[in-house]
Amino acid sequence: MRFILRRLGFYLIALLVSVTLNFMIPRLMSGDPVQLMFARFQGRMDPRAIESLYETFGFVQGPLHEQYFTYLSHLLQGDLGVSIANFPIPVTEVIAVGLGWTLRLVGLATVIAFSAGIFLGIRAAWRRGRFADSVILPITGLLSAFPYFWLAMLVLYFFALGLGWFPLGHAYSLDIHQDWSSPEYLSSVLHHMILPATTIVLTAIGGWMLGMRNNMISVLSEDYITMAQAKGLSDRRVMYTYAARNAILPSLTGFAMSLGFVLGGALLTEIVFSYPGVGYTLLTAVNTRDYPLMQGVFLMITVAVLVANLLADTMYVLLDPRVRAA
Amino acid sequence: MSTVEQPQTAVQPAGATAAPQRAFPRLPLPNWLRSILGNRKAAIGLVILSFFVFVAVFAPLIAPTQNPNRMVARPVQAPSAEYILGTTRQGQDVFVQIVHGTQVSMAVGFTTGTVVMAIAIIIGITAGYIGGIFDELLSLAMNIVLIIPALPLIIVVAGFIDRPGPLTIVVVLSLISWAYGARVLRAQTLTLRNSDFVAAARVVGEPTWRIVLFEILPNMTSLVVSSWIGAVLYAILTQASLEFIGLGDPNISSWGTILYWAQNNAALLTNAWWTFIPPGVCIALVGFSLTLINYGIDEITNPRLRREPKVKAA
Repeated sequence: MRFILRRLGFYLIALLVSVTLNFMIPRLMSGDPVQLMFARFQGRMDPRAIESLYETFGFVQGPLHEQYFTYLSHLLQGDLGVSIANFPIPVTEVIAVGLGWTLRLVGLATVIAFSAGIFLGIRAAWRRGRFADSVILPITGLLSAFPYFWLAMLVLYFFALGLGWFPLGHAYSLDIHQDWSSPEYLSSVLHHMILPATTIVLTAIGGWMLGMRNNMISVLSEDYITMAQAKGLSDRRVMYTYAARNAILPSLTGFAMSLGFVLGGALLTEIVFSYPGVGYTLLTAVNTRDYPLMQGVFLMITVAVLVANLLADTMYVLLDPRVRAA
Repeated sequence: MSTVEQPQTAVQPAGATAAPQRAFPRLPLPNWLRSILGNRKAAIGLVILSFFVFVAVFAPLIAPTQNPNRMVARPVQAPSAEYILGTTRQGQDVFVQIVHGTQVSMAVGFTTGTVVMAIAIIIGITAGYIGGIFDELLSLAMNIVLIIPALPLIIVVAGFIDRPGPLTIVVVLSLISWAYGARVLRAQTLTLRNSDFVAAARVVGEPTWRIVLFEILPNMTSLVVSSWIGAVLYAILTQASLEFIGLGDPNISSWGTILYWAQNNAALLTNAWWTFIPPGVCIALVGFSLTLINYGIDEITNPRLRREPKVKAA
C-alpha cells in the first residue's frame, strides 16, 4: 500500500509538471501569447466570450502566480477551452470522440504486441540461435528502427492501394449507420482497424521481444532452473512456470514506461491512416494552429499514460510480493 | 520450420568469429575499433553508417546544386537515367533532395545525440556520485521527464514556434530527451562509486573532479557510447516525424520534409513511389545501422549475450 501511495504521489507531481508546462509554453514564446493563441477567434466570437477564454488559459491582469492559479482553477473544473477549428465545440468534447478510437486501437495493438513479444522472447532465449532467436529477433529489431509513419505508409500503399484488401483510411465505412450493436458495423470497424493495428504491433514487438529474451537469459543461468531441470520437470514447466514468471517482471515495469512512446507512435500511425483518433485530432490542431486543442490533447495523453502506469504498478504489487513487503 | 532455419544459423557464427578477425589482422587499429569490427553486427552497422556519413559530408560534390528544392524538370517523372530517383510534383530532383537531406538529417541527429549525452552525463554522474537530497531531486526530475509522453509534448512546443528550423529542433529535442541516458548513467555511477578503485583514489586524496573524470567516466565508456547512439537514433526518427506532420521548415530539404511533401501531394494515390520510398529507406537504414551497432556493443560488453549457441560446434 505504501508503494502504491508513493507512486500515486509521484504521478500527481508529474501531472502538475505537465500542467505547468502547458501554462508556461505559450508564455515562453517570443511575441504576444494571447495574439498567438486567439488571433483566429477575433471577429468570430463576441468580446465577452473571448474574455472568458482568456481566463481559461490564465491570461488575466495580474502577476504570473495569479495567472497560474486562474488557469489551474479552470482546469480543475474540466475546462480546457474551446476548439478553434471546431468552433464552438469545447476541447474536451473534441478529444473525447478521438480518445475512444485511440484507446481501442492502441489498447488492442499493445496487448497483441506485448503478448506476442513476450512469447517470442521466451522462445528465443530458450532455444538460442534457433528460428525465433536468429531470424525473428533481427527482423523485429529492424522494424523497430523504422520510422512509424513510414512503415504505416508502406503498409497502406501495398495492402490498401496495391492489393485493395483493406480500406484506405478512417475507422468505419461512412455508409454504415454507426451502431455498436450491429454486427455489420462492428466488422467494418475491425476491418478498418487491422492495418493501423498491424503497423503498431510490428514496430512495438521488437522491444518486448529483446527485453524478455535478455531477462530470460539471465534467469536461465540461476541455480533454481538447474535444480528444476535436475528434478526432471518437463521443459514446458521449467520454461514457463520457473523461468518466464520471474523474467517477466522487468518487462511489466517497462510496459508502463514505454506506453507514452507507443502512444506517440500511434499518433503518427493514425495520421497516415486518417484514423479519427487523438493523433488525427492533433494533426488537424497543428494544421489549423488550434492551440487550445493541441494543449488539450497533450494533457489528455499525459493523463492516460499516468493512469496506465498506476494500473501497471498495482499489477506489479499483486505479482511481486517483495514490493509488498518493502 | 526448424529444418529450414538450421543451415542459416550454422553459417552465421562461422562468419561472425572467423572472417572479420582474419580480415583485420595487422592494421594498427585502436582496441575499441578492433572489437567493434570483430563483432559481425556492429561491423555491418558501422559500414552502413559510414556510407551515410560519407554522403552527408560530400553532399555538395555528389549532387552539386544551388538549392536542392529548385524546380529542374517536368513534374512527377518516374526514375530515369537523367533523374535516377525521378522528380516530385514540383519538378524537383528527388535524388538531389535526398543527398542534401542526408546532410540535414544526419547533422540534426548527431548534434542532438551529442548534446543529449552531454546533459545526461552531467546530470547522471552528479546525481549518482553526490547522492543525498541532490540525487533524490535529480532522480525525480529524470522520472518525470521520462513519464511525460515526449512526442505530444514536442509537438505542442514545436507548434508554438513558427516553422522551427533544424537548429530549433535540436534545442527542443535535447531539452526533452536527456532523461533516459541520465538514468542509465546514474545507476552505473552508483555501482562504480562503491568499488574498490574509487575508494582507493579517494584515500590517496584525488579531488572529486579527477575521480569523476579519470576513474568513473572511463569505466562507463560503452554505456555512454550506446546511450549516445540511442539518442542519435531517437533524434533522427523524431525529427523526421515532426517534419512529416508539418512541424518543420518545409522549405528545407531533409528526409522528413520530402516525406511531408510526398504525403501532401498524394504520392501514395498517384503511385509516385519514388518520392516516398527512398527517403524512408534512408531513415530505416540509418536506424538499422545504429541499432546493429548497439546490439554489437551489448554483445561485446555483456559476454552472456554474446555466447553463441551450441550449434556452432556442429
